[in-house]
Amino acid sequence: MQRIGVFVCHCGTNIAATVDVKAVAEALGHEPGVVISQDYQYMCSESGQNLVKNAIKEHSLTGVVICSCSPRMHENTFRKAAAAAGLNPYLVEIANIREQCSWIHKDIATASEKAIILGRAAIAKVHLNAPLIAGESPVAKRALVIGGGIAGIQTALDIAEAGFDVDIVEKQPTIGGKMAQIDKTFPTLDCAACILTPKMVEASQNEKIHIHSFSEVTDVKGFVGNFTVTIKKKARFVDETKCTGCGLCTEKCPMKKVPNEFNMGLDNRTAIYIPFAQAVPKVATIDPNYCMMLKNGKCGVCSKVCSVGAINYKQQDRFIEEKYGAIVVATGFNPIKLDKYDEFAYNQSPDVVTSLELERLMNAAGPNGGTLLRPSDKTHPHKIVFVQCVGSRCDDSKGKPYCSKICCMYTAKHAMLIREKYPDTEVYVFYIDVRTPGKNFDEFYRRAVEQYNVHYIKGMVGKVTPKSDGKLAVQASDLLSNEQLHIDADMVVLAAAIEPDKTARPLATMLTTQMDTNDFFTEAHPKLRPVESATAGIFLSGACQGPKDIPETVAQASAAAAKAIGLLCKNSITCNPCVAHSDELMCNGCSSCEKVCPYGAITYIDKEFRMPDRTTAIRRVASVNPAVCQGCGACTVACPSGAMDLNGFSNSQIMAEVDAICK
Amino acid sequence: MQMNENKEFEPLIVAFCCNWCSYAGADLSGTNRLNYPTNVKIIRVPCSCRVNPMFILRAFQRGADGVILCGCHPGDCHYTSGNYFTRRRMTLLFSMLDFLGIERDRTRVEWVSAAEGAKFAATMNEFTEAVKKLGPNRRLEDLRCRKQ
Amino acid sequence: MQEAIINKAKQLLADGTVDRVIGWKKGEFAYDITPAVFGSAEEIDADFVYDDFTSANVSKYLVKETKKEGKVLVFLKPCDTYSLNQLIKEHRVDREKVYVVGIPGGPKLDIEKIKAKGISGILSVKNENYTLKIETIYGEETMPFSEAILDKCASCKSKKHVVYDELIGEDGEVLESNRFDMVEQLENMTAEERYNFWREQLSKCIRCNACRNVCPACTCEKCVFDNPTSGVENKAASDSFEENMFHIIRAFHVAGRCTDCGECSRVCPQNIPLHLLNRKFIKDINSLYGEYQAGEDTTSRAPLTNYTFDDCEASIVHERGVE
Repeated sequence: MQRIGVFVCHCGTNIAATVDVKAVAEALGHEPGVVISQDYQYMCSESGQNLVKNAIKEHSLTGVVICSCSPRMHENTFRKAAAAAGLNPYLVEIANIREQCSWIHKDIATASEKAIILGRAAIAKVHLNAPLIAGESPVAKRALVIGGGIAGIQTALDIAEAGFDVDIVEKQPTIGGKMAQIDKTFPTLDCAACILTPKMVEASQNEKIHIHSFSEVTDVKGFVGNFTVTIKKKARFVDETKCTGCGLCTEKCPMKKVPNEFNMGLDNRTAIYIPFAQAVPKVATIDPNYCMMLKNGKCGVCSKVCSVGAINYKQQDRFIEEKYGAIVVATGFNPIKLDKYDEFAYNQSPDVVTSLELERLMNAAGPNGGTLLRPSDKTHPHKIVFVQCVGSRCDDSKGKPYCSKICCMYTAKHAMLIREKYPDTEVYVFYIDVRTPGKNFDEFYRRAVEQYNVHYIKGMVGKVTPKSDGKLAVQASDLLSNEQLHIDADMVVLAAAIEPDKTARPLATMLTTQMDTNDFFTEAHPKLRPVESATAGIFLSGACQGPKDIPETVAQASAAAAKAIGLLCKNSITCNPCVAHSDELMCNGCSSCEKVCPYGAITYIDKEFRMPDRTTAIRRVASVNPAVCQGCGACTVACPSGAMDLNGFSNSQIMAEVDAICK
Repeated sequence: MQMNENKEFEPLIVAFCCNWCSYAGADLSGTNRLNYPTNVKIIRVPCSCRVNPMFILRAFQRGADGVILCGCHPGDCHYTSGNYFTRRRMTLLFSMLDFLGIERDRTRVEWVSAAEGAKFAATMNEFTEAVKKLGPNRRLEDLRCRKQ
Repeated sequence: MQEAIINKAKQLLADGTVDRVIGWKKGEFAYDITPAVFGSAEEIDADFVYDDFTSANVSKYLVKETKKEGKVLVFLKPCDTYSLNQLIKEHRVDREKVYVVGIPGGPKLDIEKIKAKGISGILSVKNENYTLKIETIYGEETMPFSEAILDKCASCKSKKHVVYDELIGEDGEVLESNRFDMVEQLENMTAEERYNFWREQLSKCIRCNACRNVCPACTCEKCVFDNPTSGVENKAASDSFEENMFHIIRAFHVAGRCTDCGECSRVCPQNIPLHLLNRKFIKDINSLYGEYQAGEDTTSRAPLTNYTFDDCEASIVHERGVE
């Protein structure tokens, strides 16, 4: 006979205001098998949990139903409480009477009635719950970091520091990411390269860190503690182990007209190239789209000049497979393409640039050696207009609905740097709002306005028109003085919105993690688990989770590392026991279940069965690997005989819920 | 099925929601206090692909007037491919119910992500209205289960 | 034909190729030909029958027979070979343990159609140049062969054997058939009309389980409707719901696996056109996910264990069709 305890939570007034909790507890007390039914102010509080624990002991409960908030919130809390009181944690069911009842209904009578029905369904289910024991699976003591920007580097350094091997997979020929392209950082105006490149070197020299540059993740199998990842090492036609990075090949390469992506296409590089002087690994890469030797077999200069014989035109893509316990995603961001913003003449005039392009124009290692010159005629600009929120906070389909967060600050930085270096240059910044939440951020912005006399104008730029004299006619409105402005600018700088890298979406599919509608990775909990994805063992680092500046990115990178380290420290992890299992007596061995299993958790064995007539027969039957099964239940529906069932969500349990709701 | 005080038909709607997207979406519509009718009762399943056609028929048997199945958007399944199988299974099942003359507005599949609290509430409002228009489920019920 | 088949069976038994033969023998009447297993030439000589009433698809018997020692000889009509292929694909039958002899297909005769002409007390039926000479206790009757053929043969989809070790006679071709006509007719009715049609048909169901027992796709060790933990266990259709439930779920379980052999309707003692449910699924699968013939091969992925990223949404059911 079942002895079920029902506990109805008030959640302060969150539930009690629209659900008559006393009446619910009273009504559910009369359900079959229920021996105790109580209500309490905060069931999740320590005293609330004690109430549950004491009831389990006192009434020798065989099942517990908590009528409270969503199971996504506190199911684990109450499972732990039950376990502490000696009850199998899987004999606890939650009836969601907050998110799915009290918060959405206004009428107390109908909301209470619904709460009772939801409670009944949970009671009906708990009647059929079986005690489940979580199995254990080993943890591979190695982490994978996908993306080698500052986020990935920081995460890898922290994990390596804790003593674990960590691999960085970076799709570019070098690690460093966006930060490597940046000139100075706000709000301190120190040089980005000066703080980043030592970290890059540190990562390359740490014997625990293994950098796979010019590589991509192509397949992810397995689960927390036990991922098997296939990494494609793209052919760079240069033997990494031999190349010394001397750079002679890049000097001699005759194909010198390749747009240099590191400098945002503002100058050219050679077909064999090292992205920048401090690249890590400092190894040359041949761009097969431009190399004459690879395209038509005529050249071979680099091979001739290479003293160590590192050039290998026949190199193929290589696939390596490695086991990891944890995966950290650090795929970062990109500025959006501005093709749709014709009003700013981005495609018409080379003097209309994005902020990231300006970073390169101002960078000492950039195309102009750090002197700010107009891209069109290489003259010194005297009037520069900055436009904020290009594609950010946008309602239309052209842009992004969110605030890109970093633009206000880097624009203040740009304005300040220009005014500092070229006091004769006038700088205008058109903004919707200036957002400066952060330590020393507002002081920084005020310095730009007060000390450097940057003209901040609240209003949007309507149109930028290139004029015949090379100037850019900027038409804008000043919302505060309510007047139209016409400025003839030498340059226009657009603060383009940032978006997640394009590789993030297919990666999320491989990792079975979730993304929001903007393709940012979704964290397991927006406040309490900001660096974990909802998929166990996958952690989020940096701007792949949302727009972030460098200090925030580094903080999150270290936080993700801490979470990964916490996982890697364990020798084994407990598995989710809510997995599928097959009743061999009913299994036909038809292979339908195997075909729908996304994890390959089902295999078949030939097993001997005694037949009713005392003969034996060998039959093929399914067998589920509980460590690999993730409990989706696809197999249970593919199985015609009902041999395949799912722990915790069994056929009979769901039927019982249906029956209770429809009663 | 129930009648409220004004003797207006109040349909019983069973909603199967996958744990990762739609159930979270339903939670979000609660967090944002977006109303939908009490007629809707949610059953949590790990994935929309856990929903056996037998559960849907059983709900109708026991007196449900409409059954809606919510899962992650195609491509977003927590288990990668579950909702693709759901899509085929439910398309064929619903087509069969339609072939047997069961009103096609009593069944629905809707993809609701964890971020779409508003869509969840709107969907439930809309579906409840549609089922309300059809009136009580008579064609696929078990008379013995009918409430007196 | 009977002679050729019997000779082949005896020859393969004699040379040790096979140990048993699945064939047919007479039932209580001349026209109820029943599947049977033969172990020797003597048994074959005594009982083996192959005539115009020999329509039973025996492929399903291989599930049990191949679990036993030795190799089994089976004679399969073209439609039956699809069933066997499907069983091989689902690992229900070990191909190595079967020797398949393909035999020409029907059309086969439907005794109900003869009886429907008011002919009773039937002793024997002979086909003379496509005219049936029917000997009854009341004297001899005649009727055209074409008016007495089985529905499933009238909409034959293929004369081609998809799996065999040898053939008696020539192999045929896949045919253009009109098998979806009736499904289409129903689709074009209103929901109300369809509901009334099916209510009238399904309410005749007596849950004898003949459809399930004959179906070569229904080979579960234990049917879900017999499984006490399934929540849907029931032995009798005691209510209109269970009539619906059983037939919908049965059709769903064989969807994408049903080869459209038509045995379910042939054996239904209440003459419920059950094959229309299966054909509805086949028609939907063909139109929504591409032409698919279950049993055509042993490797292709069944439509319900497969998907593409841009499959149609379930709302297509709402968008198409008439009301």
